[in-house]
Amino acid sequence: MDMFTEFGAARGQARWSIRAALRLAGAQREEAKWGLLFIGPWLIGFALFYLAPMIVSFLFSLYDFTLTAPDDAVFVGIDNWRRMLADDPKTWETLFVTFKFALISLPIGMVSAFLLAVLLNSQHLMGRNIMRTLFYAPTMVPLIAAILIWSRVLNPQTGWLNQMIQVTGIQAVGMDGLRWLDDPSLIYIAYTFIGLWGIGNAILINLASLQGVPTELYEAASIDGAGWLRQLWSVTVPMVTPVIFYNLVLSTVGLLQYFIVPYVLNDGNGYPEGSTNFYMIYFYKQAFPFQNMGYGATLAWFMFIIGLAITIFLFWSGRFWVYYAGESRS
Amino acid sequence: MTDSKGKNLTEYEIRRRRRNLLLQASVTLFALAILAVYLMPMAYGVVTSLKSKAQTSDPGAPVWPAEALSFEYEGEGYDILQVPTENGIRHWALVKKGRRASQFIDPANPAGGLIDWEGNWRQLEPVREFAVQWDNYPRAWNTIDFARLLANTLLYAFVTMVGTVISSACAAYGFARFNFPFKNLLFMVMIGTIVLPPAVTLVPKYAFFINVLDWGGTWLPLIVPAMFGNAYNIFLLRQYFLTIPREMEEAAQIDGAGRVRTFVAVILPQAVPALTAVSLFHFFFAWNDFFEPLIYLAGNREANPITVGLTEFNGLYSSETQLILAAAVIAMIPPLAIFFLAQRVFIQGIVVTGVDK
Repeated sequence: MDMFTEFGAARGQARWSIRAALRLAGAQREEAKWGLLFIGPWLIGFALFYLAPMIVSFLFSLYDFTLTAPDDAVFVGIDNWRRMLADDPKTWETLFVTFKFALISLPIGMVSAFLLAVLLNSQHLMGRNIMRTLFYAPTMVPLIAAILIWSRVLNPQTGWLNQMIQVTGIQAVGMDGLRWLDDPSLIYIAYTFIGLWGIGNAILINLASLQGVPTELYEAASIDGAGWLRQLWSVTVPMVTPVIFYNLVLSTVGLLQYFIVPYVLNDGNGYPEGSTNFYMIYFYKQAFPFQNMGYGATLAWFMFIIGLAITIFLFWSGRFWVYYAGESRS
Repeated sequence: MTDSKGKNLTEYEIRRRRRNLLLQASVTLFALAILAVYLMPMAYGVVTSLKSKAQTSDPGAPVWPAEALSFEYEGEGYDILQVPTENGIRHWALVKKGRRASQFIDPANPAGGLIDWEGNWRQLEPVREFAVQWDNYPRAWNTIDFARLLANTLLYAFVTMVGTVISSACAAYGFARFNFPFKNLLFMVMIGTIVLPPAVTLVPKYAFFINVLDWGGTWLPLIVPAMFGNAYNIFLLRQYFLTIPREMEEAAQIDGAGRVRTFVAVILPQAVPALTAVSLFHFFFAWNDFFEPLIYLAGNREANPITVGLTEFNGLYSSETQLILAAAVIAMIPPLAIFFLAQRVFIQGIVVTGVDK
């Protein structure tokens, strides 16, 4: 079962009673001891590097606190939160940029991964194994190397993308052409291209899921007179919704933290015209270059709350559109 | 009857095969076209990394690595251009530039002296020769001090790989085989850490590592937390351990092996494919890790990994496109090579975390 299904299964079986936990005796106690010993390393790491920092991070958000003068920290209550939500226009601007980009890049990325998986699963494709390997290869290119290559491929004059488009007759090369990285109306598409070099994992799990669709379903649909497109929409898509859901949750959480591409391309300065001022960039600047620990922690906690809200919403909505074979949809 | 029926069948068969062949050819060609566009930047990176600096910024230059030829005349170098004359196009070196008329020398016959030519030399194309600048690679390697970046990255990758695989395997075994209080709750918490934005724990961790422990500029803030396992790896290994039959452990325990002994001698050898996949995942993660090295190593350029080193290089030498692309190509070779060699285990591992099977 995939990760989120296992999560659901664990939720169904979870026992919350402390008294029952303390009542263990004999062999059960021995087993519990060993179980806890084995998960011990992870449990300690979780307490030290997740749980404690999360709590402290919240406490930080109540202080005006810079690392350069840690002794001058002042308790300010909800001032940081008020500043972030009401007084600081940057919060909403950067969130807006982040969501705008997510709304463009997420559907393109997910649909491309699904369609490429359908193509790579086709019975008619020759050399399927080598094709799968080659389509996965760009995902193995380290992101920084990919960004450096793409930034030159997208060059309006000398880049190959514009030169290829030019061949089709569209004016792409030159100052009046497609200035991918300088034009605020093209920049998100350009970033989406870079992102398409990282969809290999999504292709692979889509592909694995396609291979699990029972062929009887296609045969039945075919007898009923459904064409290729109709089969794709009515048989394939519903059967792979669990995988689409899984990709959707992980991509959304990832996009909320979108940072590396704008940082490497233009130092996170928002070029062009503030269109690349992402929320994570703003958080990074506040927390690290400015050493503004209190306000940085507030921004981070807000990001956590937004991420949690989106995740809960997606899990709730999943009940209506994610189809788990073998389960009745109620 | 049978005869005509049999004949019809073969005709039908032939038509079906022809249709299949056509479908096969068109689907494959379609896939190849998409693949060509998808991999185009990779080809661009490799080809451009072999060009001269002048060529990378010249929009009129050919696609392949080429060099404009020049000719030495009386101690000075002159560009050779394609000059249209009455006798067809000649390759002459431009010696004296003029707006209306220029003077050339014929490299094949320098003794013939200067040749007058009427026309605007700016409209003439230079003579180019296929020339690969292999030299860009050693230059990029040395300028960026790649050996040091590589050593830093490999050290970080291997140390944390060993640590995270051992602790993740222990935790995975605990979750797979033992009952203990709040097991399901802890398991949910563990999966929850995957969707937790790292930023929310980052600020206090940073303050603690930098101000309290004074670990700024060292790799310790990155290495120490990795020693305690990671949710992805734990999940993947747990799924694998669940498929190993319990009988083998029971047999080992009857023979008197303790829990730890059973784990090390029975479970781990059975789980080599999963352990390999997890090790590879971690290796690629470490090879790509950017954000945390960026903040924790700030101020200590000696300790930079490849990712941060490449980014700084890009900032400092942004006009040296050919060197930057050569460095990018060097950085992508190791992960691509490992992937091509170990793709089966690797792909299996990715599929386990995301597919209901």
